[in-house]
Amino acid sequence: MVRVRAFARMRELLESGSFELELPAGATLVELWEALRARNRAIDALASSTRIARNGRVAALLNVRLEAGDEIALLPPVGGG
Amino acid sequence: MLRIVRDAIDPRALEAAVRSDGDGGLVTFLGVVRERANDGRAVTGLSYEAHDELALAEFATIVEEARVRFGDVRIAIVHRVGELGIGETAVAICAASRHRAAAFDACEYAIDEVKHRAAIWKKEHYTDGTGEWIANEC
Repeated sequence: MVRVRAFARMRELLESGSFELELPAGATLVELWEALRARNRAIDALASSTRIARNGRVAALLNVRLEAGDEIALLPPVGGG
Repeated sequence: MLRIVRDAIDPRALEAAVRSDGDGGLVTFLGVVRERANDGRAVTGLSYEAHDELALAEFATIVEEARVRFGDVRIAIVHRVGELGIGETAVAICAASRHRAAAFDACEYAIDEVKHRAAIWKKEHYTDGTGEWIANEC
């Protein structure tokens, strides 16, 4: 089980800013994205521009194995200021 | 002072937080909500949201970078989230330094980097009832 936090357009498409997601053991960010797509395929439009932070650090490698209790944040292009 | 806040920002509080008796220059920038979007559409207000921990970590990195670039400068960064109306302050940055040049440079550097890097999002709300998330150009 991982905790997903979604922001801005991604939050709207997933209809929640914070929710838990059950993933198979050894799942990577690839499987995570597939599980998110199952909620709303429209997130595909944001796939190339969304950064992903794992436990407060932006994750660069898609093959990192997620662990139970991880917090995964979905970060669309920012627009502060 | 590095903060994400939900209420109105008081720029004087930022200035008080960074100023010391050795400072001859204090530069404060306020980013405020404008009545028109970049494409000209009339805006009724903006809503902001943030990943607080990531945004604050980025603020701290930006301040450290500014000190490497511009020397002994102290910087406060406060960004507001929630619903904001026209004219309200969304972000305030204050830089204090011995001389004005470093304060101007550091303040400009900080706002540019905050806009491009911090985990903060902005939605414009238009008079026709629609809204759009706006990404800053990198």
